[in-house]
Amino acid sequence: MKVSITVNGKEHHSDVEPRTLLVHYIREVLGLTGTNVGCDSSSCGACTIHMNGEAVKSCTILAVQADGAKLTTIEGLAKDGVMHPMQTAFMENHGLQCGYCTPGMVMAAIGLLNENPKPTEEQVRVGLEGNLCRCTGYHNIVKSVLAAAGSK
Amino acid sequence: MTITENKTTNVIGTRLLRREDPPLLTGEAKFTNDLNIPGALHLAVLRSPFAHAKIKSINVSAALKIAGVVAVYTGKDLQTTWASPMPCAWPVTTDMKNPAHYPLAIDKVNYVGDGVAAVLATNETASRDALDAIDVEYEALQAVVDLEDALSDKNIIHKDLGTNKSYTWPLLVEETPGCVEEAFKKAKYKVKERYVQQRLIPMAMEPRAIAAVPQPFGGDITLYSATQIPHILKVMTALTLGIPEHQVRVVAPSVGGGFGSKLNVYAEELLCMALARKHNAPVRWVEERSENAQATIQGRGQIQHIELAADEKGKITAVRVRIIGDMGAYLQLVTPGVPILGAFLYAGVYDIPKAYDFSCTSVFTNLTPTDAYRGAGRPEATYAIESAIEALAREMKIDSFELRKRNYIKKEQFPYTAFSGLVYDSGDHLSAAEKAAKLTDIAGVRAQQKKQNVPGATKLLGVGMTSYFEMCGLAPSRVLASLNYSAGGWEAATVRVLPTNKVQVITGTSPHGQGHETSWAMIAAEKLGVAPEDVDVLHSDTAISALGLDTYGSRSLPVGGVAIAMACDKVIEKAKTIAAHQLECAAEDLQFVGGTFSVKGSPDRALPLAAIAFGAFTAHNLPEGCEPNLEAQVSYDPPNFSWPFGTHMCVVEVDTETGAVEILKYIAVDDCGNQINPLIVEGQVHGGVVQGIAQALFEEAVYDSDGNLKTSTLAEYLVPAACDVPPITTAHTTTPSPTNQLGVKGIGEAGTIGAAPTVINAIIDALSSLGVKSMAMPASPQTVWKTIQAARGGKK
Repeated sequence: MKVSITVNGKEHHSDVEPRTLLVHYIREVLGLTGTNVGCDSSSCGACTIHMNGEAVKSCTILAVQADGAKLTTIEGLAKDGVMHPMQTAFMENHGLQCGYCTPGMVMAAIGLLNENPKPTEEQVRVGLEGNLCRCTGYHNIVKSVLAAAGSK
Repeated sequence: MTITENKTTNVIGTRLLRREDPPLLTGEAKFTNDLNIPGALHLAVLRSPFAHAKIKSINVSAALKIAGVVAVYTGKDLQTTWASPMPCAWPVTTDMKNPAHYPLAIDKVNYVGDGVAAVLATNETASRDALDAIDVEYEALQAVVDLEDALSDKNIIHKDLGTNKSYTWPLLVEETPGCVEEAFKKAKYKVKERYVQQRLIPMAMEPRAIAAVPQPFGGDITLYSATQIPHILKVMTALTLGIPEHQVRVVAPSVGGGFGSKLNVYAEELLCMALARKHNAPVRWVEERSENAQATIQGRGQIQHIELAADEKGKITAVRVRIIGDMGAYLQLVTPGVPILGAFLYAGVYDIPKAYDFSCTSVFTNLTPTDAYRGAGRPEATYAIESAIEALAREMKIDSFELRKRNYIKKEQFPYTAFSGLVYDSGDHLSAAEKAAKLTDIAGVRAQQKKQNVPGATKLLGVGMTSYFEMCGLAPSRVLASLNYSAGGWEAATVRVLPTNKVQVITGTSPHGQGHETSWAMIAAEKLGVAPEDVDVLHSDTAISALGLDTYGSRSLPVGGVAIAMACDKVIEKAKTIAAHQLECAAEDLQFVGGTFSVKGSPDRALPLAAIAFGAFTAHNLPEGCEPNLEAQVSYDPPNFSWPFGTHMCVVEVDTETGAVEILKYIAVDDCGNQINPLIVEGQVHGGVVQGIAQALFEEAVYDSDGNLKTSTLAEYLVPAACDVPPITTAHTTTPSPTNQLGVKGIGEAGTIGAAPTVINAIIDALSSLGVKSMAMPASPQTVWKTIQAARGGKK
């Protein structure tokens, strides 16, 4: 099926199999491998991207469902070689170790602040429930998000 | 030259931000499955749906008709491909039973997930479609799932071995023959406890991924793998496949966590390499999460019996331990050694006489093989002794912290020669414990507990603690030899000062989240008097880092990091001879401070390292016999393990109506000697603690009686999310290790070792007024609620 999808500001026209998941389209067709796959049950959130400004798990969406949509992936966050404030906050607060969950975690965290710009610690923890990390114990991820929100 | 003598740049001990982060944060980092490999064939593995069954027949003809499918292989087809079975590097006893284990099962499957057939296709979708088209006829056999059932040998899994027992490994240390039995006879207090270490699934966020890329002419092959052990993998794959070792290159690209699960030689690595050579094309494979749960090793899996004898004051006089270890269906790389790594730690942090009787019997089951998972043997041991000491305190009706104080090895006893003959390098258990108690506000919590835990209350408060000792920094090669391990425990480092005074560090460690690039640059910067950003750290590619023994067992810093410091010393020594030659003075008259050599007493006669590096490169004016270039290589075999220690405490509130446990406060006081980068140390503790909490409260690989894994996805296997765990308060004491020049100890596993018993002890403390004396892991609401009901005798 023919789709037209805008990713990180660039419009792509592709012919995809109807069963192709959006995450596979992003990784394999567009070659944007920053978005990771960590499970097969929509549990881990490693594949989180933004679709029309909202954080979504790209493994739960078919590429054909994204026809006409505007997507942002982790590769689209930094502007002119300067990282997004959320990326900087993760670096400054050691909010990542192996980095595999990180792209999804950062996209989910930005989505969280879009909805709730000044969350409490508890709201950050609950807000990130759909994203799993095995390295950090979440302590510094929560700290990073609070720092990015300026609400330490 | 030690750090304290050469404190010039003050890099060590600072919270330097990680250089690893920008590529990981922007999506530029390449994990194995991100690599673009043109023309690669995709491997998919058909896995057994039975835990124990004979393979009657396999029909692949329908699979071969699927568009894109290139070939399908069964275990029989590949039988002659393997030069030897898959390796187990740790035959713990000379009579250990080790069933032949091949990448694909040949006529019988022994666990759900055992490989049965391999498909190669031009794309991943076709390879997976083909799996559904393979027709296998099985004859199901009775599965052996329970450890005690396995031990009975009623139903033997590997008939040729004649038993399900792999080995019995005893460690009996007695001052005089029979003194353990004697101590138990004379003991004023005794406890006898049984604990179950449930099976855990490591669940690194990146599933395994592999790409084997052959060179069409000449026979060389490169293996890209999401592995912790590129160096070990190179040796082992060469041996197993019968390929000359110098033709194998192994690269670990960015690796998304390991926790021991990527410390192995896996069937899929061997299949990718063998089939890449057969087809003269790259072969790649990526694991699905549910495959990961079944076909990647699992951790823990022990039944522990521990007995303590104590005198009237509660001083422990003897320890007796009997373990049944669950090996799973086969022995993987270090499977049998895992319980042995804990064997020396069942007396924990306590000063006991030579009266220690340990024995582990390990058995095969029809379950996924077990192997090292964060802590490997040591969390299990710590859990047993730190739970048993609580039982002893209950028996004596005294405070468990008081009982610990009576038994701690004292600060002035270090270095302490333990009952086992092992020497504990340094420690101060009391200080760490007192610090933890203060941060917990133990008096305040006890007062609140008194108010809150009244008859009829449904929200009960509890405090738990654990004091641990970890044996890590694997390991002195001679000790490994005495334990029958097949390899050594050294680590290699090369330090090279380039002509422009930039530094290359090449390490044999292989990071997968630990931040080695940052920490190793800090060590070299401190030693050489350069900026950390002028140091490049190369690793995880056997073509660049030829020698190494990789990353596991909290060994990277106390072995690999120390090797880097030693290589820097060698570079400085060489530079010094060049400086002496050029300054026309004796080498002993020179000092090296802040990256500059100067003549002691005449600071104007000086040469910076930069000038010497360039001089060593031009080689125009070197002393007689001095080789050009400024580089040094070190292979360092540590004289001892490193022994980090600490005390963890937590406060929980248990809802007796629902069984829900909430951790209100978690305090970790750890001592890993000198810290290179406290930011990274804290991160290691946070993550470790949460994995320990996860064992205590959430995680278990649950099997049914037929050996089917009921928790094979992340929807069923409960890896905690941010909202399931508390913030962690970290603090430390600093007791440098006297056995290495940096004074460092490992910290990768400490959190996991401390956390599980801390949480369980707190839950038991909360419920003690109800008569609860034990709590199974994971302490899920259901388990807690049932335990409360049982303690109440079924009455509400």
